[in-house]
Amino acid sequence: MAETTIPTKVEEKQQTPATREESRYLVPPVDIYENKGSLNVVADLPGVGKNNVTIRVNNNVLTIQGKARHGVPGEEIHDEFQLLDFYRQFQLDETVNQEKIEAEMKNGVLTVHLPKAERTKPREIKVQVR
Amino acid sequence: MRNTWNWDPLQEMEDIYRDFHRTFGRLGAPRWTWPFARTSFLPGRAARAYPLLNMHEDADALHIEALAPGVDPDSLKVNIVGDQISIAGEKRDLGDKVKPEEYHRNERAVGSFVRTVALPIAIQPDKVEARYENGLLTVKLPKAEEARPKQISVKVG
Repeated sequence: MAETTIPTKVEEKQQTPATREESRYLVPPVDIYENKGSLNVVADLPGVGKNNVTIRVNNNVLTIQGKARHGVPGEEIHDEFQLLDFYRQFQLDETVNQEKIEAEMKNGVLTVHLPKAERTKPREIKVQVR
Repeated sequence: MRNTWNWDPLQEMEDIYRDFHRTFGRLGAPRWTWPFARTSFLPGRAARAYPLLNMHEDADALHIEALAPGVDPDSLKVNIVGDQISIAGEKRDLGDKVKPEEYHRNERAVGSFVRTVALPIAIQPDKVEARYENGLLTVKLPKAEEARPKQISVKVG
């Protein structure tokens, strides 16, 4: 599963100043693991609520986007981190069943399950010993 | 708070240093985590340097916000000792359900952490509230009576 950076589509580029900030975004760290039935992507998205995360699959490209909201009241006296919106893309191959992708969000961690298509599931071949 | 009748040039230099780092943002985070210093949570690399903290202040309370995604909520411990606050917890890995050979990428750092920082003002330790939501821990520390601003009325004679 290769990471990819797809050129932004033209219609997205023409959006109004509200989205102009998107040129500054954070790349979330991810774990990707593959077991018999599925590919799984786990990403740290602190400050992103369940309703602020978007997962899309388009032309075999998985896009993860999250709008981070954070902040406490009052005047800042000490500042170590700053959250921007998250954005990362991965190139999928044909083996993923795109209809059955599932995602969950818990404690700022996103988990995406990408089930493999039936025909690409591994078939075990018995090794015969003579 | 500084006494203006007791000016200390070294203190002044330290203030300038602090202002500089606040502006350019490397205070607190260890140097070797650059360029992720402003957004990362790497307890496996430096257990005592994380989580990163933002501190805000209003008239009634101090507010601390800590960046700690994926921490087991039961492991989070917030302690107040004297004028210090310590935040401890553990971010677990995916566990036994994932075998090492199944990983394509493993970028998320895991591990235990504990960070202790000095509080700038007196607070009421028994009224502290902490909350963990969306991977961010927020702590509200109400100010002690003596730390609240008091307005002095000026008499015109």
